[in-house]
Amino acid sequence: MAQVTFEEISASDFFYRNRDIAGFTNPTRAIFAAVRELVENSLDAAESLKIPPEIYVRLSFEGEASKETQIYKLRVEDNGIGVPPRHIPSAFGQVLFGSKYKLKQQRGTFGLGGKMAILYGQITTHQPATIISSTGMSKIYMYKLLIDIQRNRPIILDRKVFLNKEGWRGTIVEFSLEGDYLRAMPKILEYFKQTAMVNPYANLTFVDPKGRLYKFIRATTVMPDPPKETLPHPYGVDVELLQRLIQITPYKNMLEFLKNHFHRVGEITATKFLEFSGISPSKNPKRLSHEEIVRLMHMLKKFKEFLPPDASCLSPLGEELLKTGVLKELKPEFVAVHQRKPATYAGHPFIVEVAIAYGGEIPQRGGFLIYRFANRIPLLYDEASDVSVKVINAMNWRRYKVSPDMPIAIVVHICSTKVPYKTVGKEFIADRPEVRREIANGLREVARQIQRFLTRREHVDRERKRLGVFSKYLPKIAHFSAKLAGKEKPPDIEKLLRSVKRFGAEGV
Amino acid sequence: MEPKEYRSSIMERRKEVLASLGNLGAKIYEQIDRGFFPSIEMPSRSTENIYYDPKFRQYILGDKRVKRSARNIRHLKPFAQLVWTALFSYELTSQRKTSTLRDVYYSAQAYEMTFKDQQESNNIITDLETVLGFSREDFNIFPEERSAVFGDLTISYTVPGYEGKTLNLTSHPDGVMIGPALTSADFVETSADKVIAIEKGGLFTRFIEENVHKKFNAILVLTAGQAPRATRHFIGRLNRELRLPVYVFTDGDPWGMHIAMVIISGSANAAHLRDLTTPDAKWSGVWATDIVNYKLPTDPLDEIDMKRLYELQKDPRYKEDPLWQREIKTFMKIKRKAEQEAFSRYGLTYIVDEYLPAKLEETK
Ligand SMILES: Nc1ncnc2c1ncn2[C@@H]1O[C@H](COP(=O)(O)OP(=O)(O)OP(=O)(O)O)[C@@H](O)[C@H]1O
Ligand SMILES: [Mg+2]
Repeated sequence: MAQVTFEEISASDFFYRNRDIAGFTNPTRAIFAAVRELVENSLDAAESLKIPPEIYVRLSFEGEASKETQIYKLRVEDNGIGVPPRHIPSAFGQVLFGSKYKLKQQRGTFGLGGKMAILYGQITTHQPATIISSTGMSKIYMYKLLIDIQRNRPIILDRKVFLNKEGWRGTIVEFSLEGDYLRAMPKILEYFKQTAMVNPYANLTFVDPKGRLYKFIRATTVMPDPPKETLPHPYGVDVELLQRLIQITPYKNMLEFLKNHFHRVGEITATKFLEFSGISPSKNPKRLSHEEIVRLMHMLKKFKEFLPPDASCLSPLGEELLKTGVLKELKPEFVAVHQRKPATYAGHPFIVEVAIAYGGEIPQRGGFLIYRFANRIPLLYDEASDVSVKVINAMNWRRYKVSPDMPIAIVVHICSTKVPYKTVGKEFIADRPEVRREIANGLREVARQIQRFLTRREHVDRERKRLGVFSKYLPKIAHFSAKLAGKEKPPDIEKLLRSVKRFGAEGV
Repeated sequence: MEPKEYRSSIMERRKEVLASLGNLGAKIYEQIDRGFFPSIEMPSRSTENIYYDPKFRQYILGDKRVKRSARNIRHLKPFAQLVWTALFSYELTSQRKTSTLRDVYYSAQAYEMTFKDQQESNNIITDLETVLGFSREDFNIFPEERSAVFGDLTISYTVPGYEGKTLNLTSHPDGVMIGPALTSADFVETSADKVIAIEKGGLFTRFIEENVHKKFNAILVLTAGQAPRATRHFIGRLNRELRLPVYVFTDGDPWGMHIAMVIISGSANAAHLRDLTTPDAKWSGVWATDIVNYKLPTDPLDEIDMKRLYELQKDPRYKEDPLWQREIKTFMKIKRKAEQEAFSRYGLTYIVDEYLPAKLEETK
């Protein structure tokens, strides 16, 4: 008789087995994903203090791994907030441990990214990761860690403490991993360029395995306002979340529970809602049965009178910074930017920002260059599935005098407490009608702006060409006719040229 | 014959041409000088302004006129090209140099007056012809294609270096090329009493070998297919200045028939010009009825030939003389065509001994 064995696997084991969904599909994707995850952690760490990020990334060649892959050492340094020493081992050695589960816009969300990179490195090279961090206090901490995959726990191999004489603050993460840098190079460089575009206040330095230095220098020190933490909006809750809230709440009745744990719910709204759903205001939330919780969730979604979530928990780039970033990285002749008012989908606030850039160093290649961002992260894969691309393709650009064979770049940035990614790999955004509508409206606005620009330019162009024709041929006509008539010198055409400038001419 | 008068005619015409070009320059100069955008008027050459004139027996331009103004940006470039072409023609004519249509196209580039292509420069030359009423040969501009002449005609050159030199056109057994030098030559004397124009080079050579020029007292002209304008002009001069009747021999098909017609009545493309036609010239053969009467070896008329016949049937030039309509109908009926060489079935000299005298007599 065959024997069925049951076993429990840990979170790190689960993600190790399913590393595809986190983007560590193959040696090329893996090296790209590792760089990306660490850079994003560093950006988050600097931004949470509202200091312009200063990030240094180095990939160095360690040796051959196989015919196509090599071992590289990846080192990322930042000037961010630092990790308190007691959290260092878990932050870098325990999957699903993080500081970003709160409801505010941040790059990180899952408590997974950095660890997946380290885990991948550990699996492919059997080397520990080194973390050095200081919160700017008197000491600097260094840990050498391995992840115990079965138990989802960090194994500390070494720990050192140094005096922080210079008052350094920041984090350094270093580990080895297997990868195919040559293949990944275009994406990695593109990633830095686009990151620089939506983080124009950051200094990014990248030294690649060949020793080539790529520097993306900030164009401003102005930073967007950091997002505020927020409570969940009633439209966005699920049973899971309700249960968690009920577990931790100190409040003993439903009225207080609703007032204190939900976004934009005050005394009046809470009372109305309880009436609407037939729940007694004095009922103790901890006494709700499972069926009642499920019902509560449905009623919350049904009730029409909740105010929409406000967007203070979001941190869009803003039109000025977006423009700065686009000008800095794309060097176009013209750029139009637009930020939409906050909107919501399923109780989650979001803001769409768009830009359209024309000419200058933007190449002409028979199609728009599309740059997609979510929470200031460039999205580089699966372009065709992305909602922005669908909206762009569906637009009637001809109405705006825009055609795909023009040198045009389009930027779409979505920020939200919960970006509607379709996968954990954070590569493309799902097609939600609310999101689609916001993107379309934003694009229409910048399209109108570029149309005005193109019309004006066309006019100036035409005028210049027209004058060019007159100042090319009138002197010739004067010259030839004078010779033909046997005159010494050509007649004066200044008057004619002046009149062309002043009044224009027929038939234009 | 009064040769002196003819000699001066060439000189006179050159003077007229130069004066007319100079006037054009002066007119434009003056307009600019007085602060106006210069403009030029000329008869319209669009199809709705081309009429067949039974009096002149050729196509002419109607009353519609077009204005080219340097104020209009679309006219500006062709306007400059036209003035340049006038200047270039002036220099050619006054220095007595000649140039081909192709030369004109290339010369323009030296003046930063680029033409898009040869077609564009040809069009501008036609404009200049229309404005001034002279043909391009008067401006010493010639097309590439050349035809030839043979016969007892003495000419006197007017081209530089040859002024006054004479040449008898029997001096070369291949004939003498009808180029710029011959076109501008004066006629001195001739013993011929007719002109025979021949479509094909083979037959032209045969006629010379068979002494047709002597036997029939004729000047032989090879049109080499559709006669170039210089050749038509030359035939016209032979007809008007020497009062020689002209007989045209072509292949027996719609295309040959039309070669004769263009020599007689000109083409719609040259409706702005006179002196290119020879209204009294005769088409002597090969007719459709000759094909029947002489039982010539034939080929069938194909679809394109038939289409051409229907076009010609409606053409006003073909309504002048009932001969044309009769021949067109005959072609349509027999649906056959024959080349001039077809007479060889009766021996190489048959065409000269039998056919030619008969037809010359018939179309006298
Ligand atoms: N460079 C850094 N500076 C400061 N804190 C960091 C840094 N890198 C990681 N952390 C801390 O470690 C935690 C775990 O990081 P990790 O990348 O694994 O997950 P995350 O960023 O929270 O979410 P995600 O899976 O979306 O990346 C973070 O939440 C953060 O608190
Ligand atoms: Mg992260």
